[in-house]
Amino acid sequence: MTLLELTWDYLTTAGSWTGNGGLLDRLVEQLLLTVTALLLGMGVGLPLALWLGHIGRGGFLAVNVSNIGRAIPTFALLAVLVTADWPGPAQLGPYGRAGLATLIALALFALPPLVTNAYTAVREVSADVLEAADGMGMSGRQRFWRVELPLALPLVVSGVRLALVQVWATATIAALVAGPGVGAIIVSGFARNKYSEGIGAAFVVAVAALVLELLAAAAQRAVQPGRGATVRTS
Amino acid sequence: MTLLGAAPAAAEPSCYSALVNEWWCAQYVEDRRDDIVAATTEHLQITVAAVLLGLLIAFPLALLARRLPRLETTILGVSTGLYTVPSLALFPLLVPFTGLTATTVVIGLGVYALTILVRGFLDGFRSVPDDVVESAVGLGYGTTRLLFKVQLPLALPVLVAALRVATVSTVALTTVGTLVSYGGLGDLIAHGVQRNFRAELVTAAVLCVVLALLLDIVLVVAQRLLTPWARAGAR
Repeated sequence: MTLLELTWDYLTTAGSWTGNGGLLDRLVEQLLLTVTALLLGMGVGLPLALWLGHIGRGGFLAVNVSNIGRAIPTFALLAVLVTADWPGPAQLGPYGRAGLATLIALALFALPPLVTNAYTAVREVSADVLEAADGMGMSGRQRFWRVELPLALPLVVSGVRLALVQVWATATIAALVAGPGVGAIIVSGFARNKYSEGIGAAFVVAVAALVLELLAAAAQRAVQPGRGATVRTS
Repeated sequence: MTLLGAAPAAAEPSCYSALVNEWWCAQYVEDRRDDIVAATTEHLQITVAAVLLGLLIAFPLALLARRLPRLETTILGVSTGLYTVPSLALFPLLVPFTGLTATTVVIGLGVYALTILVRGFLDGFRSVPDDVVESAVGLGYGTTRLLFKVQLPLALPVLVAALRVATVSTVALTTVGTLVSYGGLGDLIAHGVQRNFRAELVTAAVLCVVLALLLDIVLVVAQRLLTPWARAGAR
């Protein structure tokens, strides 16, 4: 049998999906990690970036955080976190082995797209609109909630979409440091010369990534002011 | 064996041994210089090959997308879709076709670079002012000469910006190639994690970042040399 046939066999066998450490188990684990890390990143990154954009400071930091994030390999950061005394490879509830280390790495790598997009979004609100808001006698707070935030929303959501893709990818890589997620099946498949399992799990990860991306794209379209007008923001 | 093992450790205190596990260790770099140089070389080769592959495919794709606007949506859509596939999943999906080789890593990373670069080419061409193209046509420039003498040089700043993004992220992503044993410095990181050897993985991680930084600087310098008019205009 060829490798592709073996992979097909693996994916169509019920036993591959069920049970402890099966595909479904790992998929839920990875989704849980992704959602938690994304929410963590949004909770920290969005308020900070929106506020910096509102007061118009820290632009250097907001833009460069993306450049720094790109240059640091996710694998390297995960390796350092897992090898360190804290957080180390400890089990963390439903997040699996090295759960805390993985969550920290994921949340950190969610920050660059979130921060850069949110900051740019607020800064790009046109000066005329801001002047009009001031002229209407809006306070700084009112201007932020009623003018800047609604106008910035599409670009902010596009940042969340980018962050989601990034977090899902990083969650997969966590397996390289014996971490949780579907990646664990990929890595163990390759380590035990059971390539069909690794390839099958990779297929599942790829399909899930595409589904997440389509969902995020739909969410983005929902907040786009001029519906149907497909304005590419990135 | 215990005696032999203990004696040298006591004789020359080192920052890596069964008992000491420092994050940074000059002794390690000295002892394993050959391994480190080999891994860095492999890393550089894979990165450069992947970015060049991406560049070679992105250019005709971008030209095609410009010629046939209906195709542009498809090309951008497909490449965005590929970009969302995590690297650790993309490499295994290539294995049935290219096996456990460096080719797998180069093609996988080339796909990611391609996505960034197609956009770079398209945005770059779009940044060329219409009246400049019009005057060139008025001067009798044919399609090819217009492309290589006018549009491409003027698109260069935007294109190089995309190339920098693609290069820096490719350097980082090359580490994941360790899944098929061709990860350059990533192989050292993986080994460091397996053996809980901090100095090894930190050295490799730092070299990755330095490599990304150096290649970025090379591209900035290259752009300055290739677009002398941009500097003249700025002054």
